[in-house]
Amino acid sequence: MKRIAIFCGHYGSGKTNIAVNYALARKQAAEKVAILDLDIVNPYFRTKDSQTELDAAGVELICSDYAGSNLDIPALPAAMQRPIADRTYTCVIDVGGDDQGAVALGRFADQIKEEGDYAMLFVVNFYRPLTRTAQEAFEVLREIENACGIRFTGIVNNSNLGPETTAEDVLCTGVKTEKLCELSNLPLEMTTVAAPLLGEMQKKLRQVFPLSLQKQII
Amino acid sequence: MSEKVLMKGNEAIAEAAILAGCRHYFGYPITPQTEIAAYMAKKMPKIGGCFLQAESEIAAINMVYGVAGAGKRVMTSSSSPGISLKSEGLSYLAGSDLPAFVVNVQRGGPGLGGIQPSQSDYFQATKGGGHGDYKMIVLAPASVQEMASLTVKGFDLADKYRMTAMILADGTMGQMMEPVSLSEVETETYDKPWAVTGTKMQRPHNIVNSLSLVPEELEQLNFARYERYKQVEANEVMYEEYLMDDAEICVVAFGISARVSKNAINEARKAGIKVGMIRPITLWPFPKDALFAAAQKVHTFISVEMNMGQMIEDIELAIRCTKPVVLCNRVGGMIPSPQEVLAAIQNADKGGNA
Repeated sequence: MKRIAIFCGHYGSGKTNIAVNYALARKQAAEKVAILDLDIVNPYFRTKDSQTELDAAGVELICSDYAGSNLDIPALPAAMQRPIADRTYTCVIDVGGDDQGAVALGRFADQIKEEGDYAMLFVVNFYRPLTRTAQEAFEVLREIENACGIRFTGIVNNSNLGPETTAEDVLCTGVKTEKLCELSNLPLEMTTVAAPLLGEMQKKLRQVFPLSLQKQII
Repeated sequence: MSEKVLMKGNEAIAEAAILAGCRHYFGYPITPQTEIAAYMAKKMPKIGGCFLQAESEIAAINMVYGVAGAGKRVMTSSSSPGISLKSEGLSYLAGSDLPAFVVNVQRGGPGLGGIQPSQSDYFQATKGGGHGDYKMIVLAPASVQEMASLTVKGFDLADKYRMTAMILADGTMGQMMEPVSLSEVETETYDKPWAVTGTKMQRPHNIVNSLSLVPEELEQLNFARYERYKQVEANEVMYEEYLMDDAEICVVAFGISARVSKNAINEARKAGIKVGMIRPITLWPFPKDALFAAAQKVHTFISVEMNMGQMIEDIELAIRCTKPVVLCNRVGGMIPSPQEVLAAIQNADKGGNA
């Protein structure tokens, strides 16, 4: 397990949801866990929306002072630096979508690479319209790397169609995921699964990561 | 693999527009509809289309005017304050009888307002907004799938009647993600003999213009335009009826308010209250006849809207004030909860009509 886990990917691929669930999972084994909301692109669907659950679990949330306030101000607080520099922290970083979002990560790239104890994970949902194929996803992957200056170390398959997702919907994206792993020469780190499908999927896949917490609107 | 894709409402509009043959997008970014522009910026260059971020909303709508005049499918999108800026152009498009497709993903107002969802541009969309006598076809989607299907419909209607079709959505509809199927998109094509495409020395000049200095002629142009609007009112009204067969109370709501209302109606039905809903899908033309017919059997209407009471006036007109119409509303970026709508239904059931 690396000390720093970074989640990047295409806009709307599910990064925030995974990062929040991942931070909560890491907290079970680590004393100090912080989640950093680096999203400077989208004012909606923020890590901040899960503040109650994170507080209850004792996960420290560091985000823009303006997150969730409806003020669309792309600013990051200085406190972001603390869990990145303080190596006693387990650190989960939720990065904004696409290369535009990844620019914000560049500010910490040298520091993270110098320590070297990180996982840089590419989140992909093959049901999203602009990452329908492994090739399209691979292009987004490279754009993000170029924007932030950190190479990916693994793939997270988060393919889903929202609440109506079936096990088959997830399983049949395996081929595309393998193709993406081949194109990028990266390992598949995990396949995410919503709580209702967990039992079934654990029998069929390795490295299944459960998404117990799901934020829904209307 | 499922043929469905998981899309935001804004993305569904953009993809459906491309499928409808739109190859020209002009816009200026504003939350909460920026994904439309972002999607077009990524997609248009790959399919030989034109994405252009204009220097302002006013520039963007005038670019739309230009392409529409050349007879090509064209669109712009914005959110409330941006639509106000585009309103002059919308009037010019109407005055020139040009087909255009415009999206308003509404946010709270007036003024700069906020970035949370609202339906407070109902008057602006259905009664004009720009100057002069004109109408736009106003479509109100209530799901991401409808964001796509009504976009295609909008392009078709705009071409068919040579007028602007507008999607009137809100921030929630724009941002929410749902699975969408885009495999069965069918679109119509219409001849545009009036388009300014070059005479090649083989026909008289076509002129696209909204200036008309002879009052007798300008009057005739207005009369002719309103004859066309009558056709739209006769042929293009769309609405959904929900549990109206035995209803004694009729909720009227569109867009996200209709989704919330549906939940409340289902709860009320469990408690034995006979309530249904008429959901206008076209806000103009408004489903007047359906409402008037409903007024013969229900005792109360409830207008659920995210504004200070705008559609309620059209309901009262449609039913000729024969029954009380109660307003259930939230504003400023707030969405009514199913509980609030349920309370309004329960109150109406007890005979409360204020």
